[in-house]
Amino acid sequence: MMVSVDLLPLLFQGAAVTLQVTALSMVVAFVLSFAAGFARLSRIKSIRVASSVYVEVFRGTSLLVQLFWLFFALPLLGIELTALVAGVMALGLNYGAYGSEVVRSAILAIPKGQTEASIALNMSPWLRMRRVILPQALAIMLPSFGNLAIELLKGTSLISLITMADLTYQGMILRTFDSSRTFEIFGLILVMYFVMAYPLTLFMRWLERRFSAGRV
Amino acid sequence: MWSWSFTWSILPQILEAMKTTILATIVGFAFALVGGLVLALGRRAKNRAISLGTAGIVEFVRSTPLLVQLYFLFYGFPAIGISLSPFSAGVLGLGIHYSAYLSEVYRSGIDAVPRGQWEASKALNFSKGTMWRRIILPQAIRPVIPVLGNYLIVMFKETPVLSAITLVEMLLTAKMIGAESFRYLEAFTLVGILFLILSYGSSLLIRRLELKWSRS
Repeated sequence: MMVSVDLLPLLFQGAAVTLQVTALSMVVAFVLSFAAGFARLSRIKSIRVASSVYVEVFRGTSLLVQLFWLFFALPLLGIELTALVAGVMALGLNYGAYGSEVVRSAILAIPKGQTEASIALNMSPWLRMRRVILPQALAIMLPSFGNLAIELLKGTSLISLITMADLTYQGMILRTFDSSRTFEIFGLILVMYFVMAYPLTLFMRWLERRFSAGRV
Repeated sequence: MWSWSFTWSILPQILEAMKTTILATIVGFAFALVGGLVLALGRRAKNRAISLGTAGIVEFVRSTPLLVQLYFLFYGFPAIGISLSPFSAGVLGLGIHYSAYLSEVYRSGIDAVPRGQWEASKALNFSKGTMWRRIILPQAIRPVIPVLGNYLIVMFKETPVLSAITLVEMLLTAKMIGAESFRYLEAFTLVGILFLILSYGSSLLIRRLELKWSRS
Protein backbone atom coordinates (compact mmCIF):
# COMPACT_ATOMS: atom_id res chain seq x y z
CA MET A 1 0.00 0.00 0.00
CA MET A 2 3.08 2.23 0.28
CA VAL A 3 3.36 2.47 -3.48
CA SER A 4 -0.26 3.42 -4.10
CA VAL A 5 0.44 7.16 -4.40
CA ASP A 6 0.63 7.02 -8.19
CA LEU A 7 -2.96 5.74 -8.29
CA LEU A 8 -4.36 8.60 -6.28
CA PRO A 9 -4.78 11.40 -8.87
CA LEU A 10 -7.11 9.34 -11.06
CA LEU A 11 -8.95 7.95 -8.06
CA PHE A 12 -9.50 11.43 -6.63
CA GLN A 13 -10.88 12.52 -9.99
CA GLY A 14 -13.28 9.60 -9.84
CA ALA A 15 -14.23 10.36 -6.25
CA ALA A 16 -15.12 13.92 -7.28
CA VAL A 17 -17.54 12.56 -9.89
CA THR A 18 -18.99 10.15 -7.32
CA LEU A 19 -19.61 12.99 -4.87
CA GLN A 20 -21.11 15.18 -7.57
CA VAL A 21 -23.54 12.50 -8.70
CA THR A 22 -24.37 11.70 -5.07
CA ALA A 23 -25.20 15.35 -4.34
CA LEU A 24 -27.33 15.80 -7.48
CA SER A 25 -29.21 12.54 -6.93
CA MET A 26 -29.80 13.39 -3.29
CA VAL A 27 -31.53 16.61 -4.30
CA VAL A 28 -33.74 14.79 -6.82
CA ALA A 29 -34.48 11.97 -4.36
CA PHE A 30 -35.25 14.39 -1.54
CA VAL A 31 -37.73 16.40 -3.62
CA LEU A 32 -39.37 13.24 -4.96
CA SER A 33 -39.58 11.74 -1.46
CA PHE A 34 -41.66 14.65 -0.25
CA ALA A 35 -43.72 14.97 -3.44
CA ALA A 36 -44.58 11.27 -3.55
CA GLY A 37 -44.92 10.98 0.23
CA PHE A 38 -47.46 13.80 0.38
CA ALA A 39 -49.19 12.48 -2.73
CA ARG A 40 -49.69 9.13 -0.95
CA LEU A 41 -51.61 11.03 1.75
CA SER A 42 -53.66 13.09 -0.68
CA ARG A 43 -57.44 13.26 -0.42
CA ILE A 44 -57.75 12.73 -4.17
CA LYS A 45 -57.73 9.05 -5.02
CA SER A 46 -56.08 9.31 -8.45
CA ILE A 47 -53.10 11.14 -6.95
CA ARG A 48 -52.75 8.47 -4.27
CA VAL A 49 -52.90 5.69 -6.85
CA ALA A 50 -50.40 7.39 -9.19
CA SER A 51 -47.97 7.85 -6.34
CA SER A 52 -48.21 4.28 -5.11
CA VAL A 53 -47.72 2.96 -8.64
CA TYR A 54 -44.55 5.06 -8.89
CA VAL A 55 -43.31 3.84 -5.51
CA GLU A 56 -44.02 0.16 -6.13
CA VAL A 57 -42.52 0.17 -9.63
CA PHE A 58 -39.29 1.81 -8.54
CA ARG A 59 -38.96 -0.20 -5.35
CA GLY A 60 -39.92 -3.44 -7.06
CA THR A 61 -37.50 -3.35 -9.97
CA SER A 62 -33.83 -3.27 -9.36
CA LEU A 63 -31.79 -0.02 -9.49
CA LEU A 64 -29.39 -1.40 -12.07
CA VAL A 65 -32.28 -2.52 -14.28
CA GLN A 66 -33.73 1.01 -14.07
CA LEU A 67 -30.37 2.50 -14.90
CA PHE A 68 -29.91 0.28 -17.94
CA TRP A 69 -33.47 0.91 -19.00
CA LEU A 70 -33.04 4.67 -18.95
CA PHE A 71 -29.67 4.55 -20.65
CA PHE A 72 -30.04 1.76 -23.21
CA ALA A 73 -33.77 1.26 -23.77
CA LEU A 74 -35.15 4.79 -23.63
CA PRO A 75 -33.18 6.01 -26.70
CA LEU A 76 -35.17 3.46 -28.73
CA LEU A 77 -38.30 5.39 -27.77
CA GLY A 78 -36.62 8.52 -29.09
CA ILE A 79 -35.43 9.94 -25.75
CA GLU A 80 -31.67 10.12 -25.55
CA LEU A 81 -30.16 10.85 -22.13
CA THR A 82 -26.52 11.47 -21.30
CA ALA A 83 -24.96 9.08 -18.80
CA LEU A 84 -25.02 11.78 -16.13
CA VAL A 85 -28.72 12.56 -16.61
CA ALA A 86 -29.66 8.88 -16.78
CA GLY A 87 -27.62 8.16 -13.66
CA VAL A 88 -29.01 11.02 -11.61
CA MET A 89 -32.54 10.25 -12.77
CA ALA A 90 -32.34 6.54 -11.96
CA LEU A 91 -30.77 7.15 -8.55
CA GLY A 92 -33.16 10.00 -7.77
CA LEU A 93 -36.27 8.08 -8.83
CA ASN A 94 -35.20 4.91 -7.05
CA TYR A 95 -34.22 6.44 -3.72
CA GLY A 96 -37.08 8.94 -3.99
CA ALA A 97 -39.45 5.97 -3.99
CA TYR A 98 -37.86 4.58 -0.82
CA GLY A 99 -37.76 8.06 0.72
CA SER A 100 -41.45 8.67 0.07
CA GLU A 101 -42.28 5.76 2.37
CA VAL A 102 -40.15 7.37 5.06
CA VAL A 103 -42.00 10.69 4.65
CA ARG A 104 -45.40 9.03 4.61
CA SER A 105 -44.85 6.89 7.67
CA ALA A 106 -43.29 9.77 9.63
CA ILE A 107 -46.26 12.04 8.97
CA LEU A 108 -48.68 9.27 9.88
CA ALA A 109 -46.77 8.70 13.11
CA ILE A 110 -47.59 12.18 14.43
CA PRO A 111 -50.41 11.84 16.97
CA LYS A 112 -53.86 12.90 15.80
CA GLY A 113 -54.14 15.29 18.76
CA GLN A 114 -51.53 17.54 17.15
CA THR A 115 -53.69 17.97 14.06
CA GLU A 116 -56.81 18.49 16.13
CA ALA A 117 -55.12 21.05 18.35
CA SER A 118 -53.89 22.98 15.29
CA ILE A 119 -57.40 23.00 13.86
CA ALA A 120 -58.75 24.20 17.21
CA LEU A 121 -56.17 27.01 17.09
CA ASN A 122 -57.57 27.97 13.70
CA MET A 123 -54.36 27.29 11.79
CA SER A 124 -54.62 26.95 8.02
CA PRO A 125 -53.71 23.48 6.66
CA TRP A 126 -50.44 24.89 5.27
CA LEU A 127 -49.46 26.52 8.55
CA ARG A 128 -50.43 23.38 10.43
CA MET A 129 -48.19 21.24 8.25
CA ARG A 130 -45.29 23.70 8.31
CA ARG A 131 -45.26 24.66 11.98
CA VAL A 132 -46.71 21.64 13.78
CA ILE A 133 -46.62 18.40 11.82
CA LEU A 134 -43.43 18.66 9.74
CA PRO A 135 -41.02 19.75 12.49
CA GLN A 136 -42.02 16.70 14.50
CA ALA A 137 -42.08 14.39 11.49
CA LEU A 138 -38.61 15.50 10.35
CA ALA A 139 -37.06 14.25 13.59
CA ILE A 140 -38.63 10.85 12.93
CA MET A 141 -37.45 10.85 9.30
CA LEU A 142 -33.81 11.67 9.97
CA PRO A 143 -32.38 8.24 10.86
CA SER A 144 -34.02 6.61 7.84
CA PHE A 145 -32.95 9.43 5.55
CA GLY A 146 -29.41 9.03 6.86
CA ASN A 147 -29.41 5.35 5.96
CA LEU A 148 -30.84 6.10 2.53
CA ALA A 149 -28.15 8.74 1.93
CA ILE A 150 -25.45 6.14 2.54
CA GLU A 151 -27.24 3.62 0.34
CA LEU A 152 -27.42 6.28 -2.37
CA LEU A 153 -23.70 7.02 -2.14
CA LYS A 154 -23.01 3.30 -2.51
CA GLY A 155 -25.55 3.06 -5.32
CA THR A 156 -23.65 5.61 -7.39
CA SER A 157 -21.00 2.95 -8.04
CA LEU A 158 -23.45 1.42 -10.54
CA ILE A 159 -23.18 4.42 -12.88
CA SER A 160 -19.71 3.15 -13.77
CA LEU A 161 -21.59 0.50 -15.75
CA ILE A 162 -23.16 3.16 -17.98
CA THR A 163 -19.76 4.72 -18.76
CA MET A 164 -19.70 7.45 -16.10
CA ALA A 165 -16.10 8.01 -14.94
CA ASP A 166 -16.76 7.69 -11.21
CA LEU A 167 -14.49 6.17 -8.57
CA THR A 168 -15.37 2.57 -9.46
CA TYR A 169 -14.88 3.25 -13.18
CA GLN A 170 -11.42 4.69 -12.58
CA GLY A 171 -10.55 1.49 -10.74
CA MET A 172 -11.49 -0.58 -13.78
CA ILE A 173 -9.40 1.74 -15.98
CA LEU A 174 -6.35 1.56 -13.68
CA ARG A 175 -6.68 -2.21 -13.65
CA THR A 176 -6.17 -2.39 -17.39
CA PHE A 177 -2.71 -0.80 -17.04
CA ASP A 178 -1.43 -3.35 -14.57
CA SER A 179 -3.79 -6.14 -13.59
CA SER A 180 -1.34 -7.49 -11.01
CA ARG A 181 -2.22 -4.47 -8.85
CA THR A 182 -5.97 -5.12 -8.94
CA PHE A 183 -6.04 -6.22 -5.30
CA GLU A 184 -4.40 -2.98 -4.22
CA ILE A 185 -6.55 -0.81 -6.51
CA PHE A 186 -9.90 -2.14 -5.34
CA GLY A 187 -8.74 -2.31 -1.74
CA LEU A 188 -7.91 1.38 -1.96
CA ILE A 189 -11.25 2.17 -3.59
CA LEU A 190 -13.13 0.35 -0.83
CA VAL A 191 -11.28 2.46 1.74
CA MET A 192 -12.10 5.64 -0.23
CA TYR A 193 -15.81 4.80 -0.29
CA PHE A 194 -15.67 4.16 3.42
CA VAL A 195 -13.95 7.50 3.99
CA MET A 196 -16.75 9.23 2.05
CA ALA A 197 -19.59 7.32 3.73
CA TYR A 198 -18.38 7.46 7.31
CA PRO A 199 -18.53 11.25 7.75
CA LEU A 200 -22.07 11.00 6.42
CA THR A 201 -22.84 8.47 9.16
CA LEU A 202 -21.31 10.73 11.79
CA PHE A 203 -23.08 13.82 10.43
CA MET A 204 -26.42 12.05 10.51
CA ARG A 205 -25.84 10.93 14.10
CA TRP A 206 -25.02 14.51 15.03
CA LEU A 207 -28.15 15.81 13.26
CA GLU A 208 -30.26 13.22 15.03
CA ARG A 209 -28.93 14.37 18.39
CA ARG A 210 -29.57 18.02 17.50
CA PHE A 211 -33.11 17.32 16.40
CA SER A 212 -33.96 15.14 19.36
CA ALA A 213 -32.54 17.66 21.86
CA GLY A 214 -35.34 19.02 24.01
CA ARG A 215 -37.81 16.43 22.73
CA VAL A 216 -38.79 13.35 24.63
CA MET B 1 -41.43 0.43 -31.71
CA TRP B 2 -42.42 -2.37 -29.36
CA SER B 3 -42.56 -5.80 -30.95
CA TRP B 4 -44.63 -8.40 -29.16
CA SER B 5 -43.41 -11.28 -31.29
CA PHE B 6 -39.83 -10.40 -30.36
CA THR B 7 -40.80 -10.14 -26.70
CA TRP B 8 -42.31 -13.63 -26.76
CA SER B 9 -39.32 -15.02 -28.62
CA ILE B 10 -36.83 -13.89 -25.96
CA LEU B 11 -38.98 -14.78 -22.96
CA PRO B 12 -37.76 -18.42 -22.67
CA GLN B 13 -34.13 -17.30 -22.72
CA ILE B 14 -34.73 -14.76 -19.94
CA LEU B 15 -36.76 -17.22 -17.86
CA GLU B 16 -33.89 -19.67 -18.20
CA ALA B 17 -31.51 -17.01 -16.83
CA MET B 18 -33.92 -16.36 -13.98
CA LYS B 19 -32.87 -19.73 -12.56
CA THR B 20 -29.34 -18.37 -12.08
CA THR B 21 -30.72 -15.18 -10.51
CA ILE B 22 -32.83 -17.16 -8.05
CA LEU B 23 -30.11 -19.68 -7.28
CA ALA B 24 -27.61 -16.90 -6.57
CA THR B 25 -30.16 -15.22 -4.30
CA ILE B 26 -30.83 -18.39 -2.32
CA VAL B 27 -27.21 -19.46 -1.90
CA GLY B 28 -26.13 -15.90 -1.07
CA PHE B 29 -28.93 -15.56 1.46
CA ALA B 30 -28.04 -18.87 3.14
CA PHE B 31 -24.49 -17.57 3.45
CA ALA B 32 -25.71 -14.26 4.86
CA LEU B 33 -27.98 -15.98 7.39
CA VAL B 34 -25.04 -17.88 8.85
CA GLY B 35 -22.52 -15.05 8.46
CA GLY B 36 -24.89 -12.54 10.02
CA LEU B 37 -25.36 -14.73 13.07
CA VAL B 38 -21.61 -15.18 13.46
CA LEU B 39 -21.09 -11.41 13.25
CA ALA B 40 -23.93 -10.75 15.70
CA LEU B 41 -22.42 -13.17 18.22
CA GLY B 42 -18.91 -11.82 17.57
CA ARG B 43 -20.13 -8.38 18.44
CA ARG B 44 -21.29 -9.61 21.83
CA ALA B 45 -18.00 -11.34 22.60
CA LYS B 46 -16.48 -10.53 25.98
CA ASN B 47 -13.09 -10.09 24.35
CA ARG B 48 -13.01 -6.41 23.37
CA ALA B 49 -10.67 -7.00 20.45
CA ILE B 50 -13.17 -9.43 18.90
CA SER B 51 -16.23 -7.29 19.55
CA LEU B 52 -14.62 -4.07 18.29
CA GLY B 53 -13.12 -5.88 15.31
CA THR B 54 -16.51 -7.31 14.37
CA ALA B 55 -18.19 -3.92 14.75
CA GLY B 56 -15.52 -2.42 12.49
CA ILE B 57 -16.02 -5.09 9.83
CA VAL B 58 -19.80 -4.59 9.88
CA GLU B 59 -19.46 -0.81 9.57
CA PHE B 60 -16.94 -1.10 6.75
CA VAL B 61 -18.88 -3.66 4.72
CA ARG B 62 -22.10 -1.67 5.08
CA SER B 63 -20.46 1.58 4.02
CA THR B 64 -18.87 0.33 0.80
CA PRO B 65 -20.63 -0.59 -2.45
CA LEU B 66 -21.43 -4.21 -3.28
CA LEU B 67 -20.15 -3.65 -6.82
CA VAL B 68 -16.65 -2.75 -5.63
CA GLN B 69 -16.64 -5.62 -3.16
CA LEU B 70 -17.49 -7.94 -6.04
CA TYR B 71 -14.68 -6.49 -8.19
CA PHE B 72 -12.36 -6.95 -5.25
CA LEU B 73 -13.31 -10.62 -4.93
CA PHE B 74 -13.51 -11.40 -8.62
CA TYR B 75 -10.65 -9.36 -10.09
CA GLY B 76 -8.55 -8.64 -7.01
CA PHE B 77 -8.27 -12.09 -5.45
CA PRO B 78 -6.70 -13.81 -8.50
CA ALA B 79 -3.82 -11.34 -8.13
CA ILE B 80 -3.01 -12.95 -4.78
CA GLY B 81 -3.57 -16.45 -6.08
CA ILE B 82 -7.25 -17.13 -5.35
CA SER B 83 -9.42 -17.48 -8.44
CA LEU B 84 -13.18 -17.58 -8.07
CA SER B 85 -15.82 -18.35 -10.68
CA PRO B 86 -18.35 -15.56 -11.36
CA PHE B 87 -20.99 -17.51 -9.47
CA SER B 88 -18.90 -18.20 -6.37
CA ALA B 89 -17.49 -14.66 -6.27
CA GLY B 90 -21.01 -13.28 -6.71
CA VAL B 91 -22.57 -15.45 -4.05
CA LEU B 92 -19.69 -14.82 -1.67
CA GLY B 93 -19.92 -11.05 -2.24
CA LEU B 94 -23.69 -11.00 -1.73
CA GLY B 95 -23.30 -13.22 1.33
CA ILE B 96 -20.66 -11.04 2.97
CA HIS B 97 -22.44 -7.79 2.14
CA TYR B 98 -25.75 -8.91 3.57
CA SER B 99 -24.14 -10.67 6.56
CA ALA B 100 -23.33 -7.18 7.78
CA TYR B 101 -26.94 -6.08 7.41
CA LEU B 102 -28.39 -9.26 8.90
CA SER B 103 -26.08 -9.08 11.92
CA GLU B 104 -27.90 -5.88 12.91
CA VAL B 105 -31.23 -7.66 12.50
CA TYR B 106 -30.11 -10.54 14.71
CA ARG B 107 -28.72 -8.06 17.20
CA SER B 108 -32.06 -6.29 17.56
CA GLY B 109 -33.72 -9.68 18.03
CA ILE B 110 -31.24 -10.78 20.69
CA ASP B 111 -31.52 -7.45 22.52
CA ALA B 112 -35.29 -7.88 22.65
CA VAL B 113 -35.13 -11.17 24.59
CA PRO B 114 -36.19 -10.31 28.15
CA ARG B 115 -33.50 -10.34 30.84
CA GLY B 116 -35.42 -12.91 32.83
CA GLN B 117 -34.77 -15.49 30.12
CA TRP B 118 -31.00 -15.10 30.54
CA GLU B 119 -31.27 -15.21 34.30
CA ALA B 120 -33.54 -18.26 34.23
CA SER B 121 -31.13 -20.14 31.95
CA LYS B 122 -28.32 -19.36 34.35
CA ALA B 123 -30.43 -20.42 37.34
CA LEU B 124 -31.21 -23.71 35.61
CA ASN B 125 -27.47 -24.24 35.15
CA PHE B 126 -27.64 -24.45 31.35
CA SER B 127 -24.32 -24.43 29.57
CA LYS B 128 -23.66 -21.42 27.32
CA GLY B 129 -24.27 -23.47 24.19
CA THR B 130 -27.56 -24.87 25.43
CA MET B 131 -28.70 -21.44 26.57
CA TRP B 132 -28.11 -19.90 23.15
CA ARG B 133 -29.45 -22.82 21.19
CA ARG B 134 -32.53 -23.66 23.23
CA ILE B 135 -33.52 -20.43 24.97
CA ILE B 136 -32.15 -17.22 23.46
CA LEU B 137 -31.91 -17.79 19.72
CA PRO B 138 -35.36 -19.33 19.20
CA GLN B 139 -36.92 -16.31 20.91
CA ALA B 140 -34.59 -13.83 19.23
CA ILE B 141 -35.08 -15.08 15.68
CA ARG B 142 -38.82 -15.64 15.47
CA PRO B 143 -39.82 -11.96 15.77
CA VAL B 144 -37.27 -10.87 13.16
CA ILE B 145 -38.27 -13.41 10.50
CA PRO B 146 -40.32 -10.83 8.53
CA VAL B 147 -37.32 -8.48 8.50
CA LEU B 148 -35.11 -11.32 7.29
CA GLY B 149 -37.69 -11.98 4.59
CA ASN B 150 -37.54 -8.36 3.47
CA TYR B 151 -33.77 -8.62 3.19
CA LEU B 152 -34.22 -11.68 0.99
CA ILE B 153 -36.22 -9.50 -1.40
CA VAL B 154 -33.68 -6.67 -1.20
CA MET B 155 -30.95 -9.16 -2.03
CA PHE B 156 -32.93 -10.56 -4.94
CA LYS B 157 -33.16 -7.06 -6.40
CA GLU B 158 -29.43 -6.62 -5.91
CA THR B 159 -28.48 -9.68 -8.03
CA PRO B 160 -28.34 -7.74 -11.35
CA VAL B 161 -25.12 -6.22 -10.00
CA LEU B 162 -23.56 -9.67 -10.41
CA SER B 163 -23.81 -9.15 -14.17
CA ALA B 164 -20.83 -6.80 -13.79
CA ILE B 165 -18.61 -9.75 -12.90
CA THR B 166 -19.91 -11.64 -15.95
CA LEU B 167 -22.44 -13.87 -14.18
CA VAL B 168 -25.04 -14.62 -16.85
CA GLU B 169 -28.21 -13.83 -14.91
CA MET B 170 -31.35 -12.07 -16.17
CA LEU B 171 -29.88 -8.63 -16.76
CA LEU B 172 -26.75 -9.79 -18.56
CA THR B 173 -28.87 -12.12 -20.72
CA ALA B 174 -31.07 -9.15 -21.63
CA LYS B 175 -28.01 -7.05 -22.37
CA MET B 176 -26.58 -9.70 -24.67
CA ILE B 177 -29.92 -10.04 -26.47
CA GLY B 178 -29.95 -6.27 -26.84
CA ALA B 179 -26.42 -6.15 -28.19
CA GLU B 180 -27.23 -8.83 -30.77
CA SER B 181 -30.52 -7.45 -32.04
CA PHE B 182 -30.29 -3.84 -30.90
CA ARG B 183 -33.65 -4.34 -29.23
CA TYR B 184 -32.80 -3.25 -25.72
CA LEU B 185 -36.29 -1.93 -25.08
CA GLU B 186 -38.12 -5.26 -25.00
CA ALA B 187 -35.32 -7.13 -23.23
CA PHE B 188 -34.78 -4.64 -20.39
CA THR B 189 -38.49 -3.96 -19.95
CA LEU B 190 -39.14 -7.67 -19.67
CA VAL B 191 -36.47 -8.04 -16.98
CA GLY B 192 -37.94 -5.09 -15.10
CA ILE B 193 -41.44 -6.57 -15.21
CA LEU B 194 -40.20 -9.97 -14.03
CA PHE B 195 -38.40 -8.35 -11.11
CA LEU B 196 -41.49 -6.35 -10.25
CA ILE B 197 -43.76 -9.39 -10.31
CA LEU B 198 -41.45 -11.53 -8.19
CA SER B 199 -40.44 -8.92 -5.62
CA TYR B 200 -43.86 -7.31 -5.27
CA GLY B 201 -45.47 -10.74 -5.07
CA SER B 202 -43.12 -11.92 -2.37
CA SER B 203 -43.43 -8.69 -0.38
CA LEU B 204 -47.22 -9.16 -0.33
CA LEU B 205 -46.66 -12.74 0.82
CA ILE B 206 -44.40 -11.59 3.67
CA ARG B 207 -46.91 -8.95 4.73
CA ARG B 208 -49.62 -11.61 4.89
CA LEU B 209 -47.42 -14.01 6.87
CA GLU B 210 -46.56 -11.20 9.26
CA LEU B 211 -50.25 -10.47 9.89
CA LYS B 212 -50.95 -14.14 10.39
CA TRP B 213 -48.16 -14.55 12.94
CA SER B 214 -48.94 -11.41 14.85
CA ARG B 215 -52.51 -12.65 15.31
CA SER B 216 -51.53 -16.05 16.68
